Amino acid sequence: MAEYTIKVRRFQPESGEGPYWEEFNVDLDPSLSVLDGLLQAKDKEDGSLAVRCSCRAAICGSCGMKINGQSGLGCKTQIGEAQEQANKMKGATGVTAAEASSPIGAQAPEAQDAVRATGQVEAGPGTTAVTTATEAPIVIEPMGNMPVIKDLITDMESTHWTKIRRVTPWLLPHGEPPEREYIVEPESMIDITQSMACIQCGACVSSCLSMEADPDFIGPAALAKAYRFVGDPRDAETAERLHDLAEDPHGIYDCTHCFSCIDACPKGVAPMDQIMRLRRRAGEEGIEDPNSGHDHEIAFVKIIEKKGTLDESLLLQESFAPGFKGKLKPNRRAIREMIGSIPTAIRGIKTGKMRSLHKLIPGVHPKLPDQDDVKAIYRHAEEHNEELNLYIRGEEGDDAQPDGAAAEEVTNG
Amino acid sequence: MPSHDVLVIGAGLAGQRAALAAAEEGVSVGIISKVHPVRSHSNAAQGGINAALNPGDSWESHAFDTIKGSDYLGDQDAVEIMTREAPEEILHLEHLGVTFHRNEEGKLGTRAFGGASAARTYYVADITGQAIMHVLYEQLMKYSEQIARYEEWFCSSLALDENGECCGVVTRNVADGQMELFTAKSVILCNGGNGQVWRPTTNALICTGDGIAMAYRAGAKLMDMEMIQYHPTTLAGKGFLITEGARGEGAHLLNANGERFMEKYAPNKMELASRDVVSRAEQTEINEGRGFPDGTVALDITVVPKKRVHEALREIVLVGRDFAGVDITREPIHIKPGNHYTMGGVKTDVDGRTDIPGLYSAGETACVSVHGGNRLGANSLLDTLIFGKRSGRDAAARAKRIDYSRPSKQVLEDEENLIADIVGREKGSGRRISEIKLELGQTMDGKVAVFRDEAGIQEALEIVRRLKVEAKTAYIDDHGSVFNQDLIAAIELGYMLDNAECTCVAALERKESRGAQYRTDYPERNDEEWLKHIDLERTDDGPELSYSEVTITQWEPQERTY
Repeated sequence: MAEYTIKVRRFQPESGEGPYWEEFNVDLDPSLSVLDGLLQAKDKEDGSLAVRCSCRAAICGSCGMKINGQSGLGCKTQIGEAQEQANKMKGATGVTAAEASSPIGAQAPEAQDAVRATGQVEAGPGTTAVTTATEAPIVIEPMGNMPVIKDLITDMESTHWTKIRRVTPWLLPHGEPPEREYIVEPESMIDITQSMACIQCGACVSSCLSMEADPDFIGPAALAKAYRFVGDPRDAETAERLHDLAEDPHGIYDCTHCFSCIDACPKGVAPMDQIMRLRRRAGEEGIEDPNSGHDHEIAFVKIIEKKGTLDESLLLQESFAPGFKGKLKPNRRAIREMIGSIPTAIRGIKTGKMRSLHKLIPGVHPKLPDQDDVKAIYRHAEEHNEELNLYIRGEEGDDAQPDGAAAEEVTNG
Repeated sequence: MPSHDVLVIGAGLAGQRAALAAAEEGVSVGIISKVHPVRSHSNAAQGGINAALNPGDSWESHAFDTIKGSDYLGDQDAVEIMTREAPEEILHLEHLGVTFHRNEEGKLGTRAFGGASAARTYYVADITGQAIMHVLYEQLMKYSEQIARYEEWFCSSLALDENGECCGVVTRNVADGQMELFTAKSVILCNGGNGQVWRPTTNALICTGDGIAMAYRAGAKLMDMEMIQYHPTTLAGKGFLITEGARGEGAHLLNANGERFMEKYAPNKMELASRDVVSRAEQTEINEGRGFPDGTVALDITVVPKKRVHEALREIVLVGRDFAGVDITREPIHIKPGNHYTMGGVKTDVDGRTDIPGLYSAGETACVSVHGGNRLGANSLLDTLIFGKRSGRDAAARAKRIDYSRPSKQVLEDEENLIADIVGREKGSGRRISEIKLELGQTMDGKVAVFRDEAGIQEALEIVRRLKVEAKTAYIDDHGSVFNQDLIAAIELGYMLDNAECTCVAALERKESRGAQYRTDYPERNDEEWLKHIDLERTDDGPELSYSEVTITQWEPQERTY
């Protein structure tokens, strides 16, 4: 058993007050979860502390929340680890996670005021906690990118579920089903089972930086759900789905590759990977990426492969008009795009973001000396060109086990 | 006053399947759930779903395994229906989009499971329940015009008309506290089991026996309430479930001496004997000093090929890592029997009909009975779907035959008064709800668990009855309307105490050992006197006992060995 201080961002909608912080002292084994800590506070101190929860085992997806600023599940985060993380954050920056975390301004503007007005902690009645000098409090907040209803309970219906329904989330098969099962590649089922592992907890939505900038972004959870159908060989509307998701300005090209959703996901769904699969499938479908994102990606990889470092002067032209070493084969769109980029480039020069101007001349940028190491990295990546799907691959360091378990596929009567 | 031809309460697998089946019949359907449907506890069913679909397998074989597993307390007509309809249901789910595991030919593949004479368990990795439920929820979204969803609405009581027929439900919108009386021609209770009555349990916090208690209070009969399954592989203390699929894939059970002790208890089926048998074997090893100091034995998954573990038992890898700090691919994990499943429940026929006209029940809430004294692994998902579907259809047929009858507003007023009373209790006027829950859970786990005897059960019953009195004055902290979880917990506590009382009374009554009911003071099965169901009906003085016959079609009771 150990003592912890959990600092909860509370909001009681019927009180007429804005959000406030409250600390609770709890006493539990470090291997128990942050949710266990919250439930202890709720059971022993204040039953009005509101948090959705049910299974306690990371299956039901109820207890999405931010812990020390990181989105995840309360039941899956061990309280001992959360304490270490809180201490580390304090040690590194001199501020606690609560001080560092920005109020969720978009959906609760009053939050900012309350926090500012009361300093950091407004001790509620019954609060006995005093944060010691060494142990930083574990900071718990409701999920981001969603309106807060009460304490840690957010309105998932108006955000998360509305976006899920946006992607036509049901199978659209061709005609009548077969008499028996659909015969499909075993790998295809394993492939989409990664998306099916999603428990709709909203942690990825909470962490999504693109959605912060564009609240209309369909978002990581709904797009992962979309891949579940696009990747399903039984679905007959793959092309329609891909066009729909690609042509929506808030669709698959709105993701900025920040990896936040992969970090946040408690189930290894890796939503960003599913979005990238959707993009790849869109490319295969001949859908033009309005941001040239796919070409940009290829240009990036190609330049580093050749030079070991990024030659930004080449990046622009390569992204719009592939053809290495300045051999421009620009099409009309590429020229338009490059001309359109000039103001951005000028702004970059003016603000000092683009330095070493001579390096802007294509080909001047020096190569990195140790080319062999770079080539080795590329070779390794080629050889391990499997998708990040634990259902297929197992984990790093697993021995190869070509045979399935003996119990498999027994058909005796 | 919202009204629907068919109103389904609970939105796990049974409820969602019932709603979809009723909607297919062309009636208007409402589905109410105290949590968002995808939070329902059907999620937790990891291992799979049984069906005799492989060539060479037969429904008779599946039926026999189920009946033997039930220790001959299952009603054989119901078991026949379930096992006959199972293959069609699997194919239906596959057509809806469930991502079932495939074999190399791209056809549905199976795994082995406990108590089964063939590998007939269809699965999606070890997230089968979740995968099926999310696909059914996709269908609920698809048919949103026919099926109205009331997500996060809590039901507090059933409404009967002057003829004693069920015609509605009193509900509370959790989000704003608004109370509503819903009317319906048929009501289907699908709100799960009562695992929270025990602590620890594998069950979610929402599994508080709501449907069982609501039906009981309305006058419906309960059946087999003494039959509570303890799952053989749960994490000590926390109660987390390790799927039977682990043993299906070949994992061993070892005592502290490293002995594969199942050799002594079930030499043929070993780790894959019925759950009651394996749980008793483990508990015996632990009680006789061959367990680990933390009161456990070990489950050794390292004998299963690693790739197979990652592919088929991924969830368990995560559970081991996150909740026990154990890499199950490299070392054994400590486990013990833990509360898991309610075989008993609201007594129904094979179409989900209870004793109260208009009131149906399916899934863990109901007792058809297909599980009898002990449920086989991977039969619970099947039960929810088959009897969910059948009750949905029958409820729709009834709705087409009759007109709405208006429930009296009195029931709504009564409920509002009750809530006002709970909210109005002064702090310190009694005990905290959480204290009573804890005492209840520990009492039941201590005295009404794997091994039972008269003195222990009697003691538990007395404690439960004291707690019922204390619950009447227990106070809550939250006095608001928005997401008042404190208030809901107080109502749920009442449900739990009714469930506990019924289990104790039935466990005291059954003076034999059968399935999950093992009486150390009556260690033998006694078919002569006890091959019968115990039914319970509510009176002001507690549950009144009666008996009903077990339906036997073609399988006469035999000695049960594995």
